[in-house]
Amino acid sequence: MSTDGLDKSKRRFLTAATSVVGAVGAGFVAVPFVLNMQPSERAKAAGAPVEIDISKLEPGMKVTSLWRGKPVWVVRRTKQNLDDLQKLQDKLQDPDSTVTSQQPEYVKGISRSIKPEYMVMEGICTHLGCSPTHRPELGAPDLGGPEWLGGFFCPCHGSRFDLSGRVYAGAPAPTNLKVPPHKYLSDTKIIIGINPGEGVA
Amino acid sequence: MNMLTSLLGWIDDRFPLSKMWKEHLSEYYAPKNFNFWYFFGSLALLILVNQIVTGIFLTMNYKPDAELAFASVEYIMRDVDYGWLMRYLHSTGASAFFVVIYLHMYRGLMYGSYKKPRELIWIFGMLVYLALMAEAFLGYLLPWGQMSYWGAQVIVNLFAAVPFGIGEPLSEWIRGDYVISDATLNRFFAFHVIAVPLVLLGLVVAHIIALHEVGSNNPDGVEIKKNKGPDGKPVDGIPFHPYYTVKDIVGVAVFLFFFSVVLFYMPELGGWFLEADNFVPANPLKTPEHIVPLWYFTPFYAILRAVPPMLDSQFPGVIAMGAAIVFLFFLPWLDRSPVKSIRYRGGLYKAMLTMFIISFITLGWLGTQPAGGIYLILSQIFSVLYFVFFITMPWFTKVDKTKPVPERVTK
Repeated sequence: MSTDGLDKSKRRFLTAATSVVGAVGAGFVAVPFVLNMQPSERAKAAGAPVEIDISKLEPGMKVTSLWRGKPVWVVRRTKQNLDDLQKLQDKLQDPDSTVTSQQPEYVKGISRSIKPEYMVMEGICTHLGCSPTHRPELGAPDLGGPEWLGGFFCPCHGSRFDLSGRVYAGAPAPTNLKVPPHKYLSDTKIIIGINPGEGVA
Repeated sequence: MNMLTSLLGWIDDRFPLSKMWKEHLSEYYAPKNFNFWYFFGSLALLILVNQIVTGIFLTMNYKPDAELAFASVEYIMRDVDYGWLMRYLHSTGASAFFVVIYLHMYRGLMYGSYKKPRELIWIFGMLVYLALMAEAFLGYLLPWGQMSYWGAQVIVNLFAAVPFGIGEPLSEWIRGDYVISDATLNRFFAFHVIAVPLVLLGLVVAHIIALHEVGSNNPDGVEIKKNKGPDGKPVDGIPFHPYYTVKDIVGVAVFLFFFSVVLFYMPELGGWFLEADNFVPANPLKTPEHIVPLWYFTPFYAILRAVPPMLDSQFPGVIAMGAAIVFLFFLPWLDRSPVKSIRYRGGLYKAMLTMFIISFITLGWLGTQPAGGIYLILSQIFSVLYFVFFITMPWFTKVDKTKPVPERVTK
């Protein structure tokens, strides 16, 4: 086939146009494959609220429950613990909980809780998602000795948090531990996953 | 005999069987001066076959279900005939794969095998290495032990560190859930047993085709194709088959000796090949006290931990870890030396390469140690040295005094 003296621009236009249409088509075909990997409807629905009974929780102790596959802690803080929170201010990354994504707006400031005695938080390190260890003992020698006033230590990368889930400055974790939406059903029952004023969905 | 010859003729008329045999084996001329470091390519191929075969048999009894996975692995270990052998061949093979690949890559660094005209061989090789890391990571979730679970949690959360609101949806898309769950296990299984192996095989084929197109490098870094005899064959080349096939069989025998010692006497290798915490079923409520990736990832893990969070984000650490691998891809263009082999390079290159290897091994060890204190400072120092090797490479390879390269390969 001779190509001398042919006007190739029409041919080139057709090739380009066909390629573009083909590429758009391939893009559309890719959509269901990409979306297929999203969390399924069942996974989305599995995030039902969970109730935690705190009637047997002694001061200084912690209970763990599972909500949306994540550990949720309730720590009952002693009077001493609450007083200690003040002393840590200058050692923390975000002592006054200013990063709004980490807690609902009804828990604020230093105590990060509805009732200061009970601290509710997600037990997932904000660094890479390990679950920190509860280290309530004051002055633990491996965590800074006398300066350690109780809190949490992440075994993965060494982040430290106080009993309000506030991260120590210089830790790999960038933000405070997350406080999930929660409300008190009674004095001894907390429900996780619902804000105060909302009903059970 | 006559019938076999005519059968071969019949096939050759329809499929290039003899042609391929000649091109890749009996008339593929490899330099005659290969040394110890040239065993690891064929050993990697052997292990690849081992992983595929034992993997197929493992899937016959393994159940990719969060409720059943852990128990099905124990079932393979206790109740399936030779199930323990299949599993230990697979798990020991995984670590052996990385031993062999790291030595294979080090060979490339020593003899400049990535340099022109072998850039694509190096890049395909790096992609093989990446696919292998993906394969190892995905496979490690399948036993559904504590280390499987929390290791995957940490690595998938690396993607969540991507800023601009992309990270969180991206990590959910990878997991198929808000946490590592049954959905994650199921898809990791799909990736581990079919998707990544297909890619891996394709890349290995590309790696070898590219190699056979330009021909093998050698410890002298001399191009044997520049010096051909009257018959058109390189005077310093010998046919791969039978000369190197036979040599490689000796390598295989020696390798199998060491491999079997680990396989039969210490398949866990004191926690280096199989971690103790992985014999505990996955528990989303409790992170093991000391969480470490398997040894082949620890250098990069140490780099990840060495970088402190910036602007409320630990993304910089993720970038550093990625860069540690990406830099390797650019080696062919970072190296400005006129010679390939370390034999004809100056002291500067030797010193820098030694520093790089020491940094890599030390980082590997630091990655297994707890985070913080002196370990953190050491990780930071060696991470810097690791990158110094790449960043200063265009300079030190250029100013380095080189020796004249001989015309022909030496002993």
